[in-house]
Amino acid sequence: MLANLINGISLGSVYAIIALGYTMVYGIAKMLNFAHGDVIMVGGYIAFCSISYLGWPPILAVLASVVVCTILGIVIEGLAYKPLRNATSLAVLITAIGVSYFLQNAALLIWTSNTKVFPNMFAGMAPIQLGGTQIAPVTLITVFANIVIMVALTLFTSRTKMGKAMRAVSEDKGAATLMGINVNRTISMTFAIGSGLAAIAGVLLCTAYPTLMPTTGAMPGIKAFTAAVFGGIGSIPGAMLGGVLLGVIEIFGKAYISTQLSDAIVFAVLIIVLLVKPTGLLGHKVREKV
Amino acid sequence: MKKKLVTLLTTAVLGVSMLAGCTDATSAGSTTGGNEGGETSQTADQPSVGGKLSGTLNLGMIGPLTGGAAIYGNAVKNGEQIAVDEINAISPDFQIQYNPQDDEHDPEKSVNAYNNLKDWNVQVIAGTVTTGPCLAVSAEANSDRVFMLTPSASSPDVVNGKDNMFQVCFTDPNQGLASAQYIVDNSMATKVAIIYNNSDAYSTGIYQTFNAKATELGLEVVSTTTFTDDTANDFSVQLGEAQSAGADLLFLPIYYQPASLILQQASNMGYAPKFFGVDGMDGILTMEGFDTSLAEGVILLTPFSADATDELTKNFVGKYNANYGETPNQFAADGYDCPYAIYKALEFYADKNGDLDVTGKSADEICSILISVFTNPNFSYDGVTGTGMVWTKEGEVNKAPKAVVIKDGVYVGL
Repeated sequence: MLANLINGISLGSVYAIIALGYTMVYGIAKMLNFAHGDVIMVGGYIAFCSISYLGWPPILAVLASVVVCTILGIVIEGLAYKPLRNATSLAVLITAIGVSYFLQNAALLIWTSNTKVFPNMFAGMAPIQLGGTQIAPVTLITVFANIVIMVALTLFTSRTKMGKAMRAVSEDKGAATLMGINVNRTISMTFAIGSGLAAIAGVLLCTAYPTLMPTTGAMPGIKAFTAAVFGGIGSIPGAMLGGVLLGVIEIFGKAYISTQLSDAIVFAVLIIVLLVKPTGLLGHKVREKV
Repeated sequence: MKKKLVTLLTTAVLGVSMLAGCTDATSAGSTTGGNEGGETSQTADQPSVGGKLSGTLNLGMIGPLTGGAAIYGNAVKNGEQIAVDEINAISPDFQIQYNPQDDEHDPEKSVNAYNNLKDWNVQVIAGTVTTGPCLAVSAEANSDRVFMLTPSASSPDVVNGKDNMFQVCFTDPNQGLASAQYIVDNSMATKVAIIYNNSDAYSTGIYQTFNAKATELGLEVVSTTTFTDDTANDFSVQLGEAQSAGADLLFLPIYYQPASLILQQASNMGYAPKFFGVDGMDGILTMEGFDTSLAEGVILLTPFSADATDELTKNFVGKYNANYGETPNQFAADGYDCPYAIYKALEFYADKNGDLDVTGKSADEICSILISVFTNPNFSYDGVTGTGMVWTKEGEVNKAPKAVVIKDGVYVGL
């Protein structure tokens, strides 16, 4: 029971950290960035190359990965999404899927389809014993990183000037422009932060489950998207809650009901939650003004 | 009317000779073939008459040489090319013209490639490489009477109901049978746990035959858990269940990527059963960055291991390395065995039936000859993917799988 709970939190915290990036971009740019999972994969590869080929220490590798992904996020936004700022949301969505495939295939060209095994970043740390079960250091670090990122993002959006601009853009682009907010710059900034978070998520994902392929980010990306919807998309604490719950439900479903049906159980719970509370657990109800 | 009678007679004669083909090693091809001498009735263990094989054989190959599955197609092509070159070097009278065609792992393109080969007057096809295209092409080849020997299309559907279609690789389910038999024969375990991928036909097929065979042999399966391609990250629950059920052997009929995660997570939780894999596990040691000490003691059944020390394998691996700059995988080895099996079969036929000149023979005639030899229980072939290969009437191969154990990061034969 306790072991399953810990495993669930460990898996869920990885979903949560990816979901934070999803929800951040959705909350402000009002678009589903399906390429988020693939930015995570790029982040994983950058960290892998820094450690395995260049022999950099883990901290430096994480920094390199954050820098590269942030730049990548800005470039993707500028090239693929900015020209579509006034297009229908469907066009943006399809573009995001296109970017996702582009990144996967580019990774296939650069790093080939051969699976790489991610080095253990926390090799020196011993697992912590708790009531007969072990907690891996990566679990603790992921949970800790989640909380730090969640608090930092909440403070950033509520206290800083840029954060306030982001919230304004998210509420009404037109009015924000009238108030002298540079909407394009604000959205680029959102993508920069979202992609930087993706890099951290990529490193933690690959440390927890150390195989790295061009498709590594795809499935966790979709699960994390589910988690973000579950918790209420656009809500930063909701993403974290949704991620952790999703992980716990997945593990408990596997352990007590059936390993064959684990995904079915996860999505059944999602459907029930959305039927009862269409905006997700912590989502705000947005009134449409006609 | 007279014409009709002749047709009727010919049909009757053909029918009789075909019947004979079923009961012994004679084939329709041998009686209608023309210039070879062996037209006498034969028994299964007919004596050698020492006939010579000569002429030029048009050997076609179809496989994905570009696209996502290109790694398999090119491996097969390279392996077959080495074998063709070797055969052409050792037999001056018998030469093989080799023509590989690309199908991009697409059934439609594969049929196009097959039609190209037909225009080229192909006599035998050593392909196709992947299962989906092979199903499409083998249906065509079956009605056109072209003999096909696939190196690597491993689904039983590939050969089912097609008398002209044979496999060099094991069918997937056979690996399950062989694994259960091996575990019992070597009394490796009493309680077995299985983790398989139920979103994958390969893994599920092996699991089903393994499970049936294990029950038959009295091997106790204490835990069976699954994962899918989408949940192939976290195995804590599956491993926990196997551990608490007291399994002393964990059977993993899965590919090496999830297997590497399972090994890692089992080691993290301090669970150390025996690990037993099948050919999908091959490749785990070449994963970049993989800590091979995790795989220490893992046993796998695989038809080919590049580290084997027999002369055949050493020669093949050496040539492959020299020509293509990499270590051959199992597909390359399966490919290498294809032209050789065909060559040996034709030689076997000539030996039993007298001189055989393949130049200008129709695909149909060669097809009948090869079917008669491949289904002859006295014909067996020793290749790099197994010794004593014999084929069933259905076209499935029987060969002794090799078990290897991983020791200090390399395969060691058992």
